Amino acid sequence: MIMKFKIFRYDPAKDDEPHYQSYEIEAEPQDRILDCLNRIRARKDPTLSFRMSCGHGVCGSDGMRINGMSSLACQKLVKDFQENEEVLIEPLQVFRVIKDLVVEMEPFFERYNSTRPYLITKSPAPDKERLQSFQEHKIFDDAIRCILCACCTASCPVNQDKATEAYVGPAALVRSFRYLFDSRDEGSKERIALLDNKDGAWGCQTKWMCTRVCPKEIPVTKEIFEIKKRILERKKEKN
Amino acid sequence: MICMNFRHDIVIIGAGLAGLRAAVECVEEADVAIVSKVLPTRSHSGAAQGGITASIGNEEEDHWEWHMFDTVKGSDYLADQDAVEIMVRDAPRVIYELEHMGVPFSRNSEGKIAQRNFGGHTRDYGKKPVKRACYASDRTGRVVLDTLYDQCLRHQVKFYPEHYVLSLVREEGKCSGMVTYDLLSGELNLLEARAVLIATGGCGRIFKTTSNGFASTGDGLNLAHRAGIPLMDMEFVQFHPTGLYPLGILVSEAARGEGGILRNNRGERFMERYAPTVKDLAARDVVSRAILTEVQEGRGFEGGYVHLDLTHLGEEKIVERLWEITSFVRIYLGIDPVHELIPVYPTCHYLMGGIPTDTDGRVIQVESDAIVKGLYAAGECACVSVHGANRLGCNSLLDTLVFGRRCGIAMKEDVSKIEHRPVSGEPMKRAKQMLSGLLEHKGRENLAAVRRDMQTLMMDHCSVFRDEERLNKGLEGIRSLRNRYSDIEIVDKGWNFNYELMEAIELGHQLDLGEIILLSALHRKESRGAHFREDFPARDDKDFLKHTLVFPAREGPEVRYKPVKITRFQPEARVY
Repeated sequence: MIMKFKIFRYDPAKDDEPHYQSYEIEAEPQDRILDCLNRIRARKDPTLSFRMSCGHGVCGSDGMRINGMSSLACQKLVKDFQENEEVLIEPLQVFRVIKDLVVEMEPFFERYNSTRPYLITKSPAPDKERLQSFQEHKIFDDAIRCILCACCTASCPVNQDKATEAYVGPAALVRSFRYLFDSRDEGSKERIALLDNKDGAWGCQTKWMCTRVCPKEIPVTKEIFEIKKRILERKKEKN
Repeated sequence: MICMNFRHDIVIIGAGLAGLRAAVECVEEADVAIVSKVLPTRSHSGAAQGGITASIGNEEEDHWEWHMFDTVKGSDYLADQDAVEIMVRDAPRVIYELEHMGVPFSRNSEGKIAQRNFGGHTRDYGKKPVKRACYASDRTGRVVLDTLYDQCLRHQVKFYPEHYVLSLVREEGKCSGMVTYDLLSGELNLLEARAVLIATGGCGRIFKTTSNGFASTGDGLNLAHRAGIPLMDMEFVQFHPTGLYPLGILVSEAARGEGGILRNNRGERFMERYAPTVKDLAARDVVSRAILTEVQEGRGFEGGYVHLDLTHLGEEKIVERLWEITSFVRIYLGIDPVHELIPVYPTCHYLMGGIPTDTDGRVIQVESDAIVKGLYAAGECACVSVHGANRLGCNSLLDTLVFGRRCGIAMKEDVSKIEHRPVSGEPMKRAKQMLSGLLEHKGRENLAAVRRDMQTLMMDHCSVFRDEERLNKGLEGIRSLRNRYSDIEIVDKGWNFNYELMEAIELGHQLDLGEIILLSALHRKESRGAHFREDFPARDDKDFLKHTLVFPAREGPEVRYKPVKITRFQPEARVY
């Protein structure tokens, strides 16, 4: 079959403005959209730039907007689209476009880093492992599926709005959840101080877009809600 | 073209597990930077699924001696046993260290780290399978990668993301840095270093069917070779038995570790015939050959695959312990492993060979074990050798963590003794010449077509079953591909994220490595581990219990050998 694509193009070295370019390429129903993009590069236009690495939804490189939805190009298949439909491929929102589908990820990782994304412990480590029950582990088991693809942050209406773009974003909060609710972590005071502000957990306006687009099916909005609940609980305990 | 100079004590190439672990080890005492052609956490270590082995005995009795025996037997007695002993004895410490850093290991009912079965890992020297693999569902590599990246952030390791290394600087014998191409700005950088660690992973993308990511093009291996370093045991390329048909994506051995069974087109559990004691949990080379034998003898399915059956495990266990593979089998094939059989076939997965190092990651120049000053290697691109002719599952993450750390220790010790050496203008000049040569060449060949033909050639001539005729034809083929390569035309003339340019350089490495793999395989006239010669189907310890070394030479690569270190276990027949 022939698949039609309309792809966002922008090369700051050549173009004053972004534009869209159409391509037609042969495809099989089982092909990934990523396969089609690679075929376009191989046969039609090697100048098209996009990131990719593992090709099966583990590395998080190929986040992009496919028909308006933030997705991984390696997780969407040709058969998910109509044959005559022109599939629209655009870069992730929120982040600055560097070239074509490649966006600047540094601000994303900076925000991620601002949440102290590592286990904080104060008591000395035992000789062997720290014990953790099956149930304690289960609380954050969904969150450790996060691959930092940034699809959630890119689709969040709060991050998209210039007035509230300083919001740390859902991806960083998923990682905060993962450590805050890890029974081994002893940094909850510092974590809550970082999260308890308008650009932290309270930046979330419960729009659910993060949960809708997450390629790893993480209940992102629910986890942010759990962080808010924990902040309020801790405040209540203090009073 | 703008050129910049940077200087660090230690520069690590590759941000996978070996590179990150090394960085964490030495960042307190040295100025460390990591260069990677991909963004942080995109490295292929993250795709490791099943686990990390250690004889911590949380589920049942286990001993490092048993782990050592299994690893040596798994290697078909080609591993250097001093290195294997270091690795397996260090394994429990590695697991506890990761746990203390925060790795979210899955837990057993006592709240300890859970362990499961994996191929080739047994109790009491081969009697029956043992639960030795520590895991976090089937995303072990990813969570360890994330945790180590987080540790690097915590300790403020400097990253150069999306920087592609064009060449190593080796002057007067010593490695003193590298030239990189910044994909974002198009700038060329000279990174000077007292110590350089190559931790660039494997080269599975040379083959058509592979579980490896797009970045696994073997750059580091060939950068070392071009800098005069021999490559060791390159004929030993592992084909993982269960790649998802027809994509080649890895379906973790954990699926069989949890009780999954391979079935042919008659529904038979055929591994009973090939490995009567451990059946589906035999070593990977054995299972891959069994699958292809079933297919060749007409008991497979059209297209060349067999079935992996998980349907008896139950939804709860499958979703809890095999979430990732369940997810992608559903996405890519529309199959639900809870109720349906998964089509699988062997897929190129891992390179046992690589850059020869001592047990502290120092790169070795010649048969005499002389050290190359300032140069280190760890992880899949290195060959210590702990995997010999065939690696056991879950020993690769262990390898990256044990030897990544040891490399870190060695580098921080050594840098105080190594001065920065002023680098001449030559390396930068040569890098510029290479780039402009590629960009300005008006040719008739297409990069993607040459790459596709190489991948098909390697698959047809040098995969699971090999013989002299096919290997010779493969060598002829790769040499003619190299001629075509010299006539490729690069369409993209820009500097900003010019992936076409990067892939052209990668293809040059892949073709060189393809030739080295074919040549090593041609000269090894025996069958051992993952290297199976149909014309020499038996292992030949008299003539070939030795490591292959391929040296760069003016007339083309040159094959030599060096002895294997045998300490505790003498070679014996390898039966599972």
